[in-house]
Amino acid sequence: MPGTGELHLAVALDGAGWHPAAWREPAARPGELFTAAYWADLAREAEGGTLDFLTIEDSLGLQSAGRSPGAAPDDRTDQVRGRLDAVLIAARIAPLTRRIGLVPTAITTHTEPFHLSTSIATLDYISEGRAGWRPRVSVSPREARHFGRREFPELSPQLLADPATARHMTDLFDEAADAVEVVRRLWDSWEDGAVIRDVPTGRFVDRDRLHYIDFASRWFSVRGPSITPRPPQGQPVVASLGHGPVPYAFAARASDIVFITPGSAPHARETVAQVREAEIDTERTGPPLAVYADLTVFIDDKPGEAAARKRRLDELDGAELSTDTAVFAGTPDELAELLTDWRQAAGLDGFRLRPGVLPHDLRQITRGLVPRLRRRGVFRAGYAESTLRARLGLRRPASRYERSPA
Amino acid sequence: MTKQVILGAHFPGVNNHTVWSDPAAGSQIQFGSFAHLARTAEAGKFDFFFLAEGLRLREQRGRIHDLDVVGRPNTITVLAALAAVTDYLGLAGTIQATYNEPYEIARQFATLDHLSGGRAAWNVVTSPDAFTGENFRRGGYLDRGDRYVRAAEFVQAARELWESWPPGAVAADREKGEFLTGAPARFEYSGLNFSISGHFTAPRSPQVHPVILQAGDSDGGREFAAHSADAIFTRHSTYDAGRAFYADVKSRLARYGRAPAELKVLPGASFVLGDTQAEAEEHARYVRRQQVSPQTAILLLEQVWNTDLSAFDADGPLPPFDPDPEAASIIEGRARMHDDPLAVARKWRAIAEEKNLSIRDLIIEVTGRQTFTGTPASVAEAINRSVQDDACDGFILVPHLIPAGLDEFAAKVVPLLQERGVLRSSYEEGTTLRDRLGLPPARPAASWAAARREPVDA
Repeated sequence: MPGTGELHLAVALDGAGWHPAAWREPAARPGELFTAAYWADLAREAEGGTLDFLTIEDSLGLQSAGRSPGAAPDDRTDQVRGRLDAVLIAARIAPLTRRIGLVPTAITTHTEPFHLSTSIATLDYISEGRAGWRPRVSVSPREARHFGRREFPELSPQLLADPATARHMTDLFDEAADAVEVVRRLWDSWEDGAVIRDVPTGRFVDRDRLHYIDFASRWFSVRGPSITPRPPQGQPVVASLGHGPVPYAFAARASDIVFITPGSAPHARETVAQVREAEIDTERTGPPLAVYADLTVFIDDKPGEAAARKRRLDELDGAELSTDTAVFAGTPDELAELLTDWRQAAGLDGFRLRPGVLPHDLRQITRGLVPRLRRRGVFRAGYAESTLRARLGLRRPASRYERSPA
Repeated sequence: MTKQVILGAHFPGVNNHTVWSDPAAGSQIQFGSFAHLARTAEAGKFDFFFLAEGLRLREQRGRIHDLDVVGRPNTITVLAALAAVTDYLGLAGTIQATYNEPYEIARQFATLDHLSGGRAAWNVVTSPDAFTGENFRRGGYLDRGDRYVRAAEFVQAARELWESWPPGAVAADREKGEFLTGAPARFEYSGLNFSISGHFTAPRSPQVHPVILQAGDSDGGREFAAHSADAIFTRHSTYDAGRAFYADVKSRLARYGRAPAELKVLPGASFVLGDTQAEAEEHARYVRRQQVSPQTAILLLEQVWNTDLSAFDADGPLPPFDPDPEAASIIEGRARMHDDPLAVARKWRAIAEEKNLSIRDLIIEVTGRQTFTGTPASVAEAINRSVQDDACDGFILVPHLIPAGLDEFAAKVVPLLQERGVLRSSYEEGTTLRDRLGLPPARPAASWAAARREPVDA
């Protein structure tokens, strides 16, 4: 039952942390954001806290102080700009970790579903069953011009309240759902055990266990099968972020996990209800979506210290932190209390915490929050299961193309 | 001057060169196999690891080809992971320019270069076929003549992206509060195939431009290598063919204002070792029989005859009839192997009759013999001779077994090359793959474009 028993805990990694001035903190490593050592250290820290998984943010455009989707790059030089490909960061840290799930972001709008499928399947092989994927759409006309293949409309500031922008965004989510469907079919296109290495007949594979996926929709068609054998988890975990009915419907069609951004416990309960409605509307089959709340966190042991730190960062940045999530600033005990309350009130399965400052707030999660959650009996003492699916309570499904035994 | 031998280690791929039936043959997909080969190559002080790509399973007679290794991982994802288990080895991979866009590929290679500390290399390939295109939303058909136009534009656009952030753009200066030294810079590229503009997300990487490889021996491929690549991966691995190829390719460089040392010639090569020449040759025959199973012999014969020969016995004689050159191709998903099937069939029939060979024996005789068969000393000598005599600048070695197929070479041949002073004993030539290959630092994108636009006729 969601809301009781153990909760799942994930951490969202992005640049120097989620506060735009995070890179200016004394313990930050702003000169190393584009190095492997930086990401490897963060992953090891998260694994030290036995977190379920980490996510890595990505986008096909530069960051901007403007938070709306599709905001134009600005001329600011006082915030972190630039990022590396998240799937490749995950692959780079996979051999250096053993248990933590790795869930990079990859964009569906401009990337070939075939490549997305093989890259996540490959990440699953490299990590021996710890791969996930956070599909994301790119609504920005500026990012579309990086590819030069599609013309996107300028987004109205009213976003979904504006009919043209609403149509554009709904289309992109619809296309993203098709992309996930293609990716999932390709993962299944090799049945388990298709590689037979049968010396007497000279056959490496049993080609009757390889399948064309023959997907066609208004967006694209893909023939298959994949070039990559079925990954260790069969279906790596798909997790998506949503702020409203369109992405909730997308999650209900495509994802195993949905990240939501409630501002309070009652709001979390309303949002979970909306997610459940979306599941009904989209006639979701299979296990219900696991719902995780996203929270941006600033954590210090001494009461008041985290809030003071956040204020100092806000001043450095010249504006109060603007974010799509609730912002927590307090002690590890207070955060443990809040997570437990929200979970019970809303029936959440877990949380994805966005550290305000890296590595400081990540360490506070692994070394401060986690022990306190364990003492409350709501978080695992260690890692038991070896694959991410198993840890999240998802069984390993048979390939959809497998014929049931006669 | 004594040249240094460049060595690459090719993870064996989806053709019958790769022996999967041997008890020592391990997984073709588990990461451990890739890691083992890469670590062996690094222990042997190789220059780089190489991983090829294929984006559609091969078919013959309308069915998925099942006799060779089938299936492979996503190339660049494996290379990124190998950066974690090696420290110096270059990481080279084939990535199609047909089913991708410059922005994403440039971003992936910039990422790989950052995450490996300057060890990334990209083998640029363009495939024209609509068969593979069926796996991609953008489709795939490209006129044969347009392949290298697209490839050249693709690489040029990638170069613009790679250097779009100025040197030192990331200040990360806490005191001044400057993460960047200036406002983010824009890129713009406009050509026949691509018209793109905006902001790249990655700062300049250690090599600025990862090493560019080109594979393809056609005239267009050679010219592309001359104006756009740092190394050419060729099939011309024999001494005589190598010398002719080498002279031809290097002579094309001056037109583009480049020195001969700026393009490395690297043939693919296979090898079988033994304590004596006789032992090596016997082992080579054993390997050849593993590579050509009875089923594979029939299949390779079908590629010439271009028709169903499954009713024939591999241990029996050749079909009594000749190929039909007019019939539609039975092979999809790989390059056509034979330009004049009638002539090939006549030649093969003559060999079979002269030596009284069965179908399988004939195929073993006429296809894919090992480049080097001999003792470690004779193989080291042959490799060095080819390099010193300008038949090539080194080799990309393709073992026939995974994961341990390179172990013996690294243990026995490498020390002999090191004794001769033609292979490093430790990695100390700079920090990047570019440094290790003896290539000059990356030239600006504009200079590549200008040289390509206005070649100088000598």
